[in-house]
Amino acid sequence: MIDLLSPAFLITFIVGCLVGTVPLMLAALGETIGEQSGVLNLGIEGMMLVGGYAGYVATLSSGSSWLGMLVGALAGAALSLVIVVLNVWLGLNQIVLGIAVTLAGGGITSVLYDQLYSKTAPRADTGGALKIPGLSDIPVIGPSLFSQPGFFWVTVALVVGVGFFLRRTNWGLSIRAAGQKPASLDAAGGSVMRTRSQAALLGGAFAGLGGAYLAVFATGAFTPFMTNGLGYVAIIVTMLARGRVLWVALVSLLYGVTVALGTVLQLTSLDIPTDVIGMLPYLAVMIVLVVFARSVYISPALGAPYTRGAR
Amino acid sequence: MASERSGRVRGIVETVVRSVLPVVLALIAGGIILAALGKNPFVFYGAIVENGIGGTNWEDSLVMMAPLLLIAVGLIVVFRGQLWNLGSAGQYLLAAVVVTGIGPWALKTLPAALAYLLLAVAGAATAAVWTLVPAWLKARFGTNEIITTLVMSTIGAGLTNILIENVFQDPELNTPQTSEIPIADMLPFIPGTQVHVGFVVAIVVAIVFQVILSRTSFGLRLDVFGASPKAARHVGISSKRMIVLLFVISGGLIGLGAAMDMMGEWGYLRSNWNPHYGDAMIPFVFLARLSPVGSIPFVAFYAVFATGGTIASQQTGLSVDFLSVIVALILIFMTITEYVGTKRRLGQSYLPDELKNTVRIPFARLASRSAA
Repeated sequence: MIDLLSPAFLITFIVGCLVGTVPLMLAALGETIGEQSGVLNLGIEGMMLVGGYAGYVATLSSGSSWLGMLVGALAGAALSLVIVVLNVWLGLNQIVLGIAVTLAGGGITSVLYDQLYSKTAPRADTGGALKIPGLSDIPVIGPSLFSQPGFFWVTVALVVGVGFFLRRTNWGLSIRAAGQKPASLDAAGGSVMRTRSQAALLGGAFAGLGGAYLAVFATGAFTPFMTNGLGYVAIIVTMLARGRVLWVALVSLLYGVTVALGTVLQLTSLDIPTDVIGMLPYLAVMIVLVVFARSVYISPALGAPYTRGAR
Repeated sequence: MASERSGRVRGIVETVVRSVLPVVLALIAGGIILAALGKNPFVFYGAIVENGIGGTNWEDSLVMMAPLLLIAVGLIVVFRGQLWNLGSAGQYLLAAVVVTGIGPWALKTLPAALAYLLLAVAGAATAAVWTLVPAWLKARFGTNEIITTLVMSTIGAGLTNILIENVFQDPELNTPQTSEIPIADMLPFIPGTQVHVGFVVAIVVAIVFQVILSRTSFGLRLDVFGASPKAARHVGISSKRMIVLLFVISGGLIGLGAAMDMMGEWGYLRSNWNPHYGDAMIPFVFLARLSPVGSIPFVAFYAVFATGGTIASQQTGLSVDFLSVIVALILIFMTITEYVGTKRRLGQSYLPDELKNTVRIPFARLASRSAA
């Protein structure tokens, strides 16, 4: 049994937390933007997989993980065009389209990976950690928190930025109006279609970023269906966070803690089957959902296509 | 009269076109993707037909129909109530592990007929119980059942692995799997074929549910509930009870499907095996307009497609997951076809039907008065 409070142990735990948190936080952030505008994106799982695959391929071929993340975001946004055109513009069923995007994203990435990489399974070079001068010398949090990949800090900036834009700008107000009462946004001279399209594209880009982070930084390689339901967890995080970005971050962190607990439990001499450890985060999510079922909130116009003049 | 008949014919043609067109379009789009991947789509689709129907392969397709059809009916029941049970994978696996776990014991100690009955009930009950948490959350707090069923499905799949490795592990094997049901104890074949009687059970269940949904008061209450839970409450239908009941029936049918599949086809379960039958059935139950009997030809199509497609992908060196791309394409084309169809119907006449009559009736009265 290893010492539970040794620096090595704590470093493993914190790193594990962040690895579990960041992909989920990015995806949940995207889902929050979408849901606030009234678009329920059930295809987030497929967008994460496509983003992850694209990010992995781009990182492999260019050698730059920054370019990989960019390509991942673009791939997620490209797939969300399906939602934008068919759901936002034409008003087709969001749930059916969400299932379709998930199936298509998972299927096509699995087929492509199988064709191109399954024999060699190359690992993406992430370019190492960004050690922040000075801070990375602090014991325990230095080698864990302040030695993250550079994109980790971009994620932190994105969380703060999205929080600011949703709450403090006209654009954020339009997004929330599109989800609360689209007719009033229309009456105020805004465009529900344009607002929702922007939100859905942004949501897809964030989901793609989440998938790319998972593939490039968290594991260093893409494997088919590697998200394993993380997209649905992101939707639950969104439901529990009630549109507040701070809560998105906190609930994602809670998930990350359960993931890290699982990793850490494997290091102890306790003999816990890996299946139990893999289930832990989902069980935690389900328990949280049962306990806080009352406070789950979704935008009133969520899932309702907007037709001007319809009552 | 003649115009009425031609109208009905046109209606039937339109229904058939709207049901089949998405599948055709998806196959064409899939062929383009295949060509882009450097595979010959004609060879691939030809191999699907050959391996799905040719020789005695049609029997394999019928065997696969048994669980697929039961799962399809299970989905139809909840979808009719405007509820989403997307956790069929977890429900199926848990039912399957219980059936294969106690199967060898039950078939050794009990008379065969009794054992089959017990196992079928055990499978159905297990899957039904697994739907209770999402059903309760939906009924009590209105929590989105799409998400809860999906997460419960992931947990169910994990629990299945744990049960296989720790409770039902075959002690004589090193690989994680349950003890096998001896081949002699499996469900009997339909005489003259290699298709187990689970296929008959599935067909009978589909017909029974067709009658229940279209000819009984429960079916009517379900349709009222599906159309509007608020209206249902006004005529005394408890939406809470309805939600739980629909989920339990849905889970029960999915569990029954798992029981038939395990007792008739597989006989054992190994860990990390997940056929994802339910995901594949979603587009087809919609194309069948949520009719259990109507879904039979679609399920048959998918059974042939999946049976032949699995072998065809192995032959052409393609991941089996290509099949789920086709399923996704069918879903997308289905919504587009539906959209175009609605637009077209709206375009046929500028006035809605009621308005047309209110305009026409005064003129008809005038005409009849002047004739008199």
